[in-house]
Amino acid sequence: MTRLPSVTERLARNTYHLDEEENHIEVNQDIARRTGTGRLLVRICPAQVYGEAPDGTISVNYAACLECGTCNAMAAPGALIWHYPRGGFGIAYREG
Amino acid sequence: MSAEVDFDVIVIGAGVAGMVCAHQLASAGHEVVLIERGQEPGTKNLSGGVFYCRVLEAVFPGFVERAPVERRITRNVLSFLNGTSHVNVDYWDSRLAEPVNAVTVLRAKLDPWMAAECEQAGAVVMPGVRVDALLREGDQVVGVRAGGDELRAHVVVAADGVNSFIAQEAGVRAKEPIKHLAVGVKSVIALPRTTIEDRFRVSGDEGVAYAIVGDCTQSIAGGGFLYTNLDSVSLGVVLRLDDLEAKGLSSADVHDHFLAHPAIEPLIRGGELLEYGCHMTIEDGPAMVAHDLTRPGLVIIGDAAGFTLNTGLTIRGMDLAAGTGMAAATAIGSALKAGDYSDNGLSGYRAELDRTFVGADLRTYAKAPAFLENPRMYSDYGQLLADVFHGIYAHDLTPRKHLVTTAMAAVKASRLKLGQLMLDGWAAARAL
Repeated sequence: MTRLPSVTERLARNTYHLDEEENHIEVNQDIARRTGTGRLLVRICPAQVYGEAPDGTISVNYAACLECGTCNAMAAPGALIWHYPRGGFGIAYREG
Repeated sequence: MSAEVDFDVIVIGAGVAGMVCAHQLASAGHEVVLIERGQEPGTKNLSGGVFYCRVLEAVFPGFVERAPVERRITRNVLSFLNGTSHVNVDYWDSRLAEPVNAVTVLRAKLDPWMAAECEQAGAVVMPGVRVDALLREGDQVVGVRAGGDELRAHVVVAADGVNSFIAQEAGVRAKEPIKHLAVGVKSVIALPRTTIEDRFRVSGDEGVAYAIVGDCTQSIAGGGFLYTNLDSVSLGVVLRLDDLEAKGLSSADVHDHFLAHPAIEPLIRGGELLEYGCHMTIEDGPAMVAHDLTRPGLVIIGDAAGFTLNTGLTIRGMDLAAGTGMAAATAIGSALKAGDYSDNGLSGYRAELDRTFVGADLRTYAKAPAFLENPRMYSDYGQLLADVFHGIYAHDLTPRKHLVTTAMAAVKASRLKLGQLMLDGWAAARAL
């Protein structure tokens, strides 16, 4: 391994069944900002699903989600609604 | 209780626990449905990769020969890793191959095989379906709601993993304190079989498992791991969530730091990344398992109930999951026979666990999580060990000193106090 590809490039090699109709992650921007959960999510998500815009808004790229639940475990109460994608959608590990 | 059921038992989640439970119940002649949210069993499942698999022989005879497992672990390396040094305990023993003690697995390959075994035993496997909620009549769980449909059964088994929304909905688990949880971030790197054999000094289908502590996590509580598969290597980091929050680092960066570490990078050099994944795991199994494990009509098994053990040296989840699946199947079998699905009717589950290695090991290692909270484990001790060995091997033309004097000098030069060191040693001996 001379150099690891970026997280985005890595995820592009994974298999996903994208649910175009339903986003399974929702951030409450006010609470996320007030509690610091927003920045925490950006940092702790291994798939880098969360991003912070210059105005502090937290973006969610739910298509990249690896469904580990770390964000849900660490978010301040009310800052995040997170559940599994609908049956059959989301990450499909080939190795696991 | 209404007798109108679609199945005797509904098992939620096709992981090790759920599949062992479904297999045993179906083998005993019960009507079982196994509901899995992934398009195929295994697609949502990720483990570090070492399965202490002796327990499965009773469920799937000939498991090691028949199942798509990777390598049989005969070499275990415990590595104290620092920025530019490491001290390893390297234990190879051919006895670990006969009988096979542990194998590496890739769950997306193993789990479809186990699901096929469940079908063969008579279970109905229903993939691609997410269970949305439990159905209840009063206190009694009577089935599940999934994808707009309702399915009814005498007993529902929650085997839905570490995030168990079902256990939370049932009021068994509250939001878990984050120090009980950790996130594993893992890469699978392809390497030619011959390269793996040469690089890791293994032959045939034998393999090695590294448990690494220290700079692999940039001193975040947790550790690193590296396991050989047939023609790939699984490696990554496990980071305790409270310490990940406190240290201010990014989980992906810590993973990348580990793979680029001068002691690790040569082991995967030239390899090709096959897959990058992550999964949560449980750092304090004994604390989590202390909650209830049943509700009327509901049994909770595997990760969903918190059955994992990190002893610092061995990291176990899948064998305990299998043990809980077997115990639950036995208890549910009795409940079905008696027609009693109350808490009392299902109380055989806890009793069965207490009778087996699962309950015994959780009691034995009850103090391990508290010991592993000791921050010195993740920074100071690796450096101290390296300093002792440096004192032994670095000949700077000063007169040599006896081993004890050299070691004492290393302790004195460190931030550690001798008394603290002895207390930690004593605590380790008692907790691990």
